Amino acid sequence: MTTSDRPRISLLGTTALLFEAPGTFDLPHQQRIWTLATTAAKWSGIREAIPLITNLMLTFETPPRDPNFLISALNDAWDEAQELPIGGREIRLPVTYGGEIGSSLQAVADHCGMSIDDVVSIHAAPLYTVFALGSHPGYCYLGGMDPRISMPRRQTPLQRSAGGSVSIGGSQTGVSASPGPSGWHAIGHTTWTFFDPSWTTPAALAPGDIIRFEIERVIR
Amino acid sequence: MGPTSVQDLGRFDQYRFGVGTSGAMDDVALRAGNILLGNDENAAGIEIPMTPFKLRFGRDMTFALTGAEVEAEIGGRAIPPWWRSNARVDEVLSLKTMPRSARCYLTVSGGIDVPVVLGSRSTQFRGEFGGFHGRPLQPGDILRCASPTASASSGELGVEPADLVLARPDVPAGNTTVRVIIAGEYDAFDGAAQDLFWRSGWKITPQSNRYGYRLQGPAVKPISPIEKRSHGIVPGVIQIPPNGQPIIQMRDAQTSGGYPKIATVIKADMWRVAQARLGSTLRFEQTAYADALAAEDEVSVYLDRLRADVRLFAELQGCR
Repeated sequence: MTTSDRPRISLLGTTALLFEAPGTFDLPHQQRIWTLATTAAKWSGIREAIPLITNLMLTFETPPRDPNFLISALNDAWDEAQELPIGGREIRLPVTYGGEIGSSLQAVADHCGMSIDDVVSIHAAPLYTVFALGSHPGYCYLGGMDPRISMPRRQTPLQRSAGGSVSIGGSQTGVSASPGPSGWHAIGHTTWTFFDPSWTTPAALAPGDIIRFEIERVIR
Repeated sequence: MGPTSVQDLGRFDQYRFGVGTSGAMDDVALRAGNILLGNDENAAGIEIPMTPFKLRFGRDMTFALTGAEVEAEIGGRAIPPWWRSNARVDEVLSLKTMPRSARCYLTVSGGIDVPVVLGSRSTQFRGEFGGFHGRPLQPGDILRCASPTASASSGELGVEPADLVLARPDVPAGNTTVRVIIAGEYDAFDGAAQDLFWRSGWKITPQSNRYGYRLQGPAVKPISPIEKRSHGIVPGVIQIPPNGQPIIQMRDAQTSGGYPKIATVIKADMWRVAQARLGSTLRFEQTAYADALAAEDEVSVYLDRLRADVRLFAELQGCR
């Protein structure tokens, strides 16, 4: 195996560790990450195992005296990890593309060298899988975006982006659950409720759920 | 520097729902205040980043002021820094100026009694829950206090401030040096860029708050642009966005990000970042993982000593 076939594992100070899987950004890799998360969450000293996009962060209940033990345990567990299929729910999300909240729609179209209509239809075409929750309460990272509408994150993040923003950051897309800073490009918005701390499970969506964006309106 | 808010030590096990830690920016100061009062160390207090601040006590109560040195007065008496004192009903505590550091903490006997939401009393601003109705405190707000615990202590007492006991050697006045462990993308920066990161003084810009500290200095750029898949991040992580100006993630930071990470401020030094003022200069010093754990032990030893001192003082009071 070459080094690029091996996971990258790095420390986040003394409170967490990051495991990054080798390979492509796709569902089979993500399903192995879900398996790894389930395994690592049971290890002693681990507070939480948090899957993101083909990677996994472990936060520590107590920092390990020697992180190398944990690093080899992760490597071994990754080699053994099978793809964990999660049969999630399918949710339809009506989206208004463009407009004040989706003000980067034109910029994405320009960057990708296509029309606004093309960006919208390419964005709304696939069935997206919720890969992970992160960023802020209830926010979902989605897998399945067509790479033709990728756009690098902002040079400088915005101090405030609206709640419900449907955005593109690199080759990823997602919907914000509340207003806050963002380095992504908003192309539309939705009015769905993603998070409520009084619910038994505070987030409405979970990894494995399926989302279909419905074009409600396109504001040019 | 952000709003006045109710915070405990933080919400640590909800990352998988996208919920970050929140919690006191200077956790050492909050713990010290609670230790002075005989509270649970995780009891909620008020984080105050701005003066003037005034609070009227609704009943006789013991309180403590820790964190940033502040010119404080109640009933005509001056309250020294890192001090426990008693307030009588209707007395007004007035915090006038905070000349040096960034945040002071007001703790009360029993703690601020707000509901525990998802395991913590800390204010989650982005999610608008926790703390006092999920929002910053405003003039006129009335906060309930829990009943003092059996171990509650009262009477005038001060302790040695953390910034004296845990002072770092050779740091010029107005500067803050914090120790960092290199992070995942450190090697994506060439030697010259790494040198710039270590050798520069970084100015804390006005766009710095509980979410993050945005720093200003020479542009530190990776060998080639990096667009990473989103991954988990924690408070202390120093990201380098494409403009080359570092951002330190603080307690209200997002739980994930994709900008390259050059280093992470060690947990034992996060309170120093929290107390660094806008416009002041921050410097980074590389440290090893084992040394970072040793630094955490040093903070624990300091807090252990406070506990012992407070207990000893209570015993002496009992003997009189």
